[in-house]
Amino acid sequence: MRKIFAVLVICLLSACASDNAQQTSDVEDHSYSSREGEGTRGGTGSDGFGMNPLQDPGNILSRRSVYFDFDSYTVKSEYRDLVLAHAAYLRDNTNAQVLLQGNTDERGSREYNLALGQRRANSVRDILLLSGARDQQVEAVSLGEEKPRTLGDDESSWAENRRTDILYQGEY
Amino acid sequence: MSSFWLALQHVMVIRMRNFLCCIGVFLLLWMNTSLQAALDIEIFGGGTNKIPIAIAPFNGERGLPQNISSIVSDDLKRTGLFKLVDTLGLTSEEPEQIRYIDWQGRGASVLVVGSTLLLSDGRIDIRFRLMDVVKQTQLAGFSSTVTTEQLRTFAHRIADIVYETLTGELGAFSTRIAFVRKQGSRYALQVSDYDGFNARPLIEYTEPIISPAWSPDGGRIAYTSFEKKKPVVYVQTLATRERKAVANFKGSNSAPAWSPDGSKLAVVLTLHGGSQIYLVNTDGSGLQRVSQSPGIDTEPSFSPDGKWLMFTSDRGGSPQIYRMPVSGGAAERMTFEGDYNVSPHYSPDGKRFVYIHRNAGRFSVAVQDLSTRQMQLLTDSNFDESPSFSPNNRMILYTTEISGRGILSIVSSDGQARSRLSQEAGDIREAAWGPLLKQR
Repeated sequence: MRKIFAVLVICLLSACASDNAQQTSDVEDHSYSSREGEGTRGGTGSDGFGMNPLQDPGNILSRRSVYFDFDSYTVKSEYRDLVLAHAAYLRDNTNAQVLLQGNTDERGSREYNLALGQRRANSVRDILLLSGARDQQVEAVSLGEEKPRTLGDDESSWAENRRTDILYQGEY
Repeated sequence: MSSFWLALQHVMVIRMRNFLCCIGVFLLLWMNTSLQAALDIEIFGGGTNKIPIAIAPFNGERGLPQNISSIVSDDLKRTGLFKLVDTLGLTSEEPEQIRYIDWQGRGASVLVVGSTLLLSDGRIDIRFRLMDVVKQTQLAGFSSTVTTEQLRTFAHRIADIVYETLTGELGAFSTRIAFVRKQGSRYALQVSDYDGFNARPLIEYTEPIISPAWSPDGGRIAYTSFEKKKPVVYVQTLATRERKAVANFKGSNSAPAWSPDGSKLAVVLTLHGGSQIYLVNTDGSGLQRVSQSPGIDTEPSFSPDGKWLMFTSDRGGSPQIYRMPVSGGAAERMTFEGDYNVSPHYSPDGKRFVYIHRNAGRFSVAVQDLSTRQMQLLTDSNFDESPSFSPNNRMILYTTEISGRGILSIVSSDGQARSRLSQEAGDIREAAWGPLLKQR
């Protein structure tokens, strides 16, 4: 069930991304062209149809959400390939920049939850920086409990909100 | 229905007019009380240590859009210091006509009487007196001419005078509060009277706003806005609405707190990884790191003498409240009960702090006395947030959740009176009590 939901969310996200494609094309083209000639190094390159890999549903780079366990800030092994793929993309596209937005499902103090969400963003940032991305390419911020993707009062809703989103410049 | 009218025909016309007038007044009163019911005030504890006060209905106030005597009564009740004596059947009289024996019989030791008179220009002449029922003397009195828009303000002023005369402390009924209202996808930073009335938006967004904090002079509000898709701290001037980003560093910027002299803000930044406390001048210059911990340090609150910062940290494994010198140095842990204590705010007299304590899944308002280090739970709600003291230390403003919706609430700082201020539509959060203004 959760997987189906995750797929749905990703579809929605990519729908959003394509909605934005027009206004963001400048930025994307820029990073795309800088990547040309580097081929498919790192497995993150062109899909062979000239499609932006960040928006190609078949490319791992189109996956942008890293989910966390309750009260945890550790990037789970199932998201390792995803984060490493983005690290490689950032390494190969020095003009690309990402905003990492951490989120929480917790109750209580909004400011404390902001700090907890920051930890989730920082965990993803640390892997990106260790795997080739440069510091100036990555900004880790928190939205705390302020921007829940789902509003339900059940575990699947809470789990959906325990996440870090990876947004490329022009997508936010 | 016809027999009703037939019966009435036996009554003189003038009487009938009186009767209908009475029904009208009754309906007005009834509507008024049902409105008041939304603002329920719960009083706890016996009346032995409370001042028994009677607030007689003001002559002429029934025709006014605001009921002066109920506003004064609600103000005084919320402090937990007063026992409101039943005034049913008694009215306001001129001093020489007051039947003190009646008021003594009701158990009142002090009495507020007053009158309102609608003037030909639409303004209202209001006068009131505070009488000592035992000594049969006047303790205070005041009169003024106001517009209908100023009626609530004047009623709060009466409550201040009564409060100040009887307790010797400054009243806080004429102060303002700030809070965030979420309605649909819109967020508004609202400024209102202390009781939630007369709310006006200072700024509105489609992105969240949190952590409003009043400057010590009441002229500016610092807050955290997410309009740039990340938290950034702004300072906005109330009079001009002019605003400026004072902390917009890489990473997250949040939790502003004013130094007591108004020259600096403590803010929480993530410049060096985790959330840490920094000082910054109110124009955004002079950044200086204060806390140095590997964990989370957030929600700073200055002590009124400007020497200490109280804050939330998880350095001990769970979120607890600590304090450290503003100049930096070792932090001292302040809370030990439970595994979740957050959102500390000093009382204006510096003797206590208020915070949110979690116990068995409930988030409640608690205060700790800094001399005894004793915690007192003031509420037993499920989801209380963002507590702050009134400038006279007597009440605490916070938000609580009722039926999935955040509402403004006030608890007296001794826990003896609790009230909900349900004026606002939408979901209310992030309340902050403003300072006393110097104009008085």
